[in-house]
Amino acid sequence: MYATNYHRASSVADAVKLQSSSDEAKYVSGGMTLIPTMKQRLAAPSDLVDLRHIAEMKGISVNGSRVRIGAATTHYEVSTSAELKAACPAISHLAAHIGDPHVRHMGTIGGSIANNDPAADYPSAMLALGATIVTNAREVAAEDFFTGLFETALEAGEIVVAVTFDAPAKAGYAKFPNPASRYAMAGVFVAKAGNGSVRVAVTGAGSNGVFRHAGLEAALAANWSADAASGVDVDASDLLSDLHGSAEYRANLVKVMAKRAVAAA
Amino acid sequence: MAKVAMTVNGRKVSKECEGRTLLVHFLRDTLSLTGTHIGCDTSQCGACVVHMDGKAVKSCSMLAAQAAGAEILTIEGLAANGELHPVQAAFKANHGLQCGFCTPGMVMTAVDMINRYGAKLNEQTVRENLEGNICRCTGYHNIVKAILAAAEDMGAAGRQAAE
Repeated sequence: MYATNYHRASSVADAVKLQSSSDEAKYVSGGMTLIPTMKQRLAAPSDLVDLRHIAEMKGISVNGSRVRIGAATTHYEVSTSAELKAACPAISHLAAHIGDPHVRHMGTIGGSIANNDPAADYPSAMLALGATIVTNAREVAAEDFFTGLFETALEAGEIVVAVTFDAPAKAGYAKFPNPASRYAMAGVFVAKAGNGSVRVAVTGAGSNGVFRHAGLEAALAANWSADAASGVDVDASDLLSDLHGSAEYRANLVKVMAKRAVAAA
Repeated sequence: MAKVAMTVNGRKVSKECEGRTLLVHFLRDTLSLTGTHIGCDTSQCGACVVHMDGKAVKSCSMLAAQAAGAEILTIEGLAANGELHPVQAAFKANHGLQCGFCTPGMVMTAVDMINRYGAKLNEQTVRENLEGNICRCTGYHNIVKAILAAAEDMGAAGRQAAE
């Protein structure tokens, strides 16, 4: 790892100030992606601003059907929150299957969505739940937030503070983990809102990152069943093709994961 | 260089280290606590697992500075008064190790999962919670047996103390 200076922020305002004092500073939360990346010398921030101890960025609240998860909330906390398990068990299930227990104790929801790894789990949940990403400057719809591979709408220095969404009537998540890395080769989050509208988001498979699938959405809106997903044509042309699986293989995985997600919802 | 202070195995320590110093290097090189191992160095194998504020974390994937102010527990801090911790004793009794390289991480992971699940641990939960620990001797069966035996022992001990 190249040399770096560590700073611990005590508030969001403090973090912004610390970050802006250097051209090459980066925020770190759990660091489960950033630290390994720095160890490989693929990233070399001159300064790290630690967001993990900022009280205003932590915690889960459920107000009626409105759910708010602070960005510095760990995967472990999301997976074990009784309030969340009641309001949206699918997101607790998703969090319980990220990485391994040690990673879940450190990694945070804010870090995951700000990094927008094309195989990360959370972006699919945000998109399917129609979540709002709350930053220190504004609120961005998940739809407009995830813009490509490791790309988001975040401006330089902007911090994800929380995510909010309405608890769905039904939701489910299923992924097919790569046997070695355990990252999703295809992960599908299905959600049916209180008003009956259906959103389906796919992670791990798209060549441009997380995306919604209109065909699966229409089929499940008409008939919320695993069988309805079977009949949908999943186009392989925009899907990833690599040594782990061809685009056609992933297209089939998307369909199978959609069926499993509906069955689990 | 900056001063980093934390509590390690109940002892307060404060040492100079670089911003980029990993927690595992701080423990091994600065504090000479070499029980915590570096296996893969790519966040996969779990040989470096320690507890930070009561939760299992990978000490090769975080900076020492990130642990400043925290309570760290390493394999050296488990045995008390010359008596093996029940998980260590169970690994010995059940032959839960072959070459022993992964063992510190396995034992710390086992203690963490027993803390979280208590006597409710079953074989499937143990195997799921070993996701982040690799044994290249592939001695998983006896590791799982040892963890289940320790969980039962510790549950029984807890019940006795409560009575």
